[in-house]
Amino acid sequence: MSTSDSGLLDQQRLEVVRRQRLQDFLFHKVTLSFSLIVLVALVGILLSLLVSAWPTFKKFGIEFLWRVEWDIVNDEFGAAIAIFGTLVSSGIALLIAVPLSFGIALFLTETCPVWLRRPLGTAVELLAAVPSIIYGMFGLFIFAPLFAEYGQPALQSTLGQMPLIGPLFGGATNGIGIFAAGLVLAFMILPFIAAVMRDVFEIVPPILRESAYGVGCTTWEVVRYVVLPYTQQGVIGGVMLGLGRALGETMAVTFVIGNSQRISSSLFAPGSSIASTLANEFGEAADFHLSTLYALGFLLFVITFFVLALAKILIIRTERAKGAKT
Amino acid sequence: MNEKLYRRRVRANVIGLTLSMTAMALGLFVLLWILFILFKNGVAALDWNLFTQSTPAPGSEGGGLANAIVGSLLIVGISTLFSTPIGILAGIYLAEFGDRSKIAQVTRFVTDIMLSAPSIVLGLFVYAIIVAQTKQFSGWAGTVALSLIAIPVVLRTTENMLRLVPGSLREAAFALGAPQWKVTIMVTLRAAQSGVVTGVLLAVARISGETAPLLFTALNNQFFSVDMEKPMANLPVVIFQFAMSPYDNWVRLAWGGALLITLAVLTLNIIARVYFRDRGGQR
Repeated sequence: MSTSDSGLLDQQRLEVVRRQRLQDFLFHKVTLSFSLIVLVALVGILLSLLVSAWPTFKKFGIEFLWRVEWDIVNDEFGAAIAIFGTLVSSGIALLIAVPLSFGIALFLTETCPVWLRRPLGTAVELLAAVPSIIYGMFGLFIFAPLFAEYGQPALQSTLGQMPLIGPLFGGATNGIGIFAAGLVLAFMILPFIAAVMRDVFEIVPPILRESAYGVGCTTWEVVRYVVLPYTQQGVIGGVMLGLGRALGETMAVTFVIGNSQRISSSLFAPGSSIASTLANEFGEAADFHLSTLYALGFLLFVITFFVLALAKILIIRTERAKGAKT
Repeated sequence: MNEKLYRRRVRANVIGLTLSMTAMALGLFVLLWILFILFKNGVAALDWNLFTQSTPAPGSEGGGLANAIVGSLLIVGISTLFSTPIGILAGIYLAEFGDRSKIAQVTRFVTDIMLSAPSIVLGLFVYAIIVAQTKQFSGWAGTVALSLIAIPVVLRTTENMLRLVPGSLREAAFALGAPQWKVTIMVTLRAAQSGVVTGVLLAVARISGETAPLLFTALNNQFFSVDMEKPMANLPVVIFQFAMSPYDNWVRLAWGGALLITLAVLTLNIIARVYFRDRGGQR
């Protein structure tokens, strides 16, 4: 038997290698199985919601999506009211949050003095960190009364007088309702959209920016005609990410949307979203009502999943483009 | 003619930049406004009773949030203990083995979606698989729901931080004959330590304020309890219930709780950032 330089017998050496190989094999499998937890959770969520929601889907079929009914006593349900409230409040939130986020991202990447960039960026990120229940309380106790006293009358006397869109701003002005929910949501999702926009704006190769400045473009023109077209997909991705957040947001909406199961022509009227219906009714629901709520949860999850997936794909594409060019 | 065009361009520029600055100011204003309101209303509720007494009965005076604070600490603490190792190990897989595997790509994609998925649906899920089976709201159910939220956060930051570690460091360790697991745990993970800690802190901050997934899992408990198998009081749900109630005393306590939770969440966020800048920035 020969001995090696380190004094180990070949036999022993072989054993060490074998042992290490086994350890590495186990290490690989253990980490793999933990990363599978995420996939298992996803499949579990979809399956368990679908199974629990089955009685509802079986009874109403696809019609469930557009039935305008929410009668707990007679077990007659439809998702239309909640879907309407969810889409409209999120839509309002996007209309307000997207231009604001664009402005913030523009400021942080172009005009802001360098020493201020970090603290201001952190401030925007802190806005994202404030728990949603705080937005809800703030919306209900502080914002809604102010909105009822100043905001709504002002909107009524301006936009409310216009043809076609006038009726959207009609009705009683008590501060809470779908419009208020959209406003509060706007400030909740603003930091997420702004953060993505800032990140993709920074991806733009300096040479593109500099050549635009070099031919005499103003800052606004550089952003509008160079930065924005270059990062288009990423910007849309950021908007979709914000939309995904807005659709599923629960606490902030529940506090201010008014929680009424009906569809009104006025945005000032109370309504309900999928998430707020779940938050309000799930605790006390039983039997068929419960399965209907599971069905709503299932719908919400599927909708947000697709929105977020699209957002992710667009953002990844933008970042890839950067990788290919550097 | 040129003069006119030039003036129009300058005007568009000024308008655009002014609006952008206004947007920034509005964002800052909202943050400061929320903090101001929280302090104004929350400080009125801050006294010793808040930390020593349990939640009062409807309509009665006094009381505090002791049971909710302890419940929140327990639920968040145990969730962190669960989700940290799971998230880190899963993150290791994605960063170290995940380049060629389809499973890793799918996992990464799904994780990114789960980061923003509606948390109330996670509450429904945990209700369906745990609460409905055991016929009992419980602290454990709340823990599982929060862990499901925290795992993707830890996973993604771990992966990103491990990817920042230079390949030469790994290669040097491999060249010494170290097996993969030793290289990963003793070299790569250690080099990425501060980033991983940041991820855990951000995950804790994230789940501390989560309300929706606790509504149907941990529920609430009017009394002081540390029994994880029973319904458990926790700050977010107590705040929700009290803020929506018609009792002045409850609303006052809700503001106190809101201040506590926001301070905790923002402090964790700032600590995470400062810690990462000080320890991780130099690498």
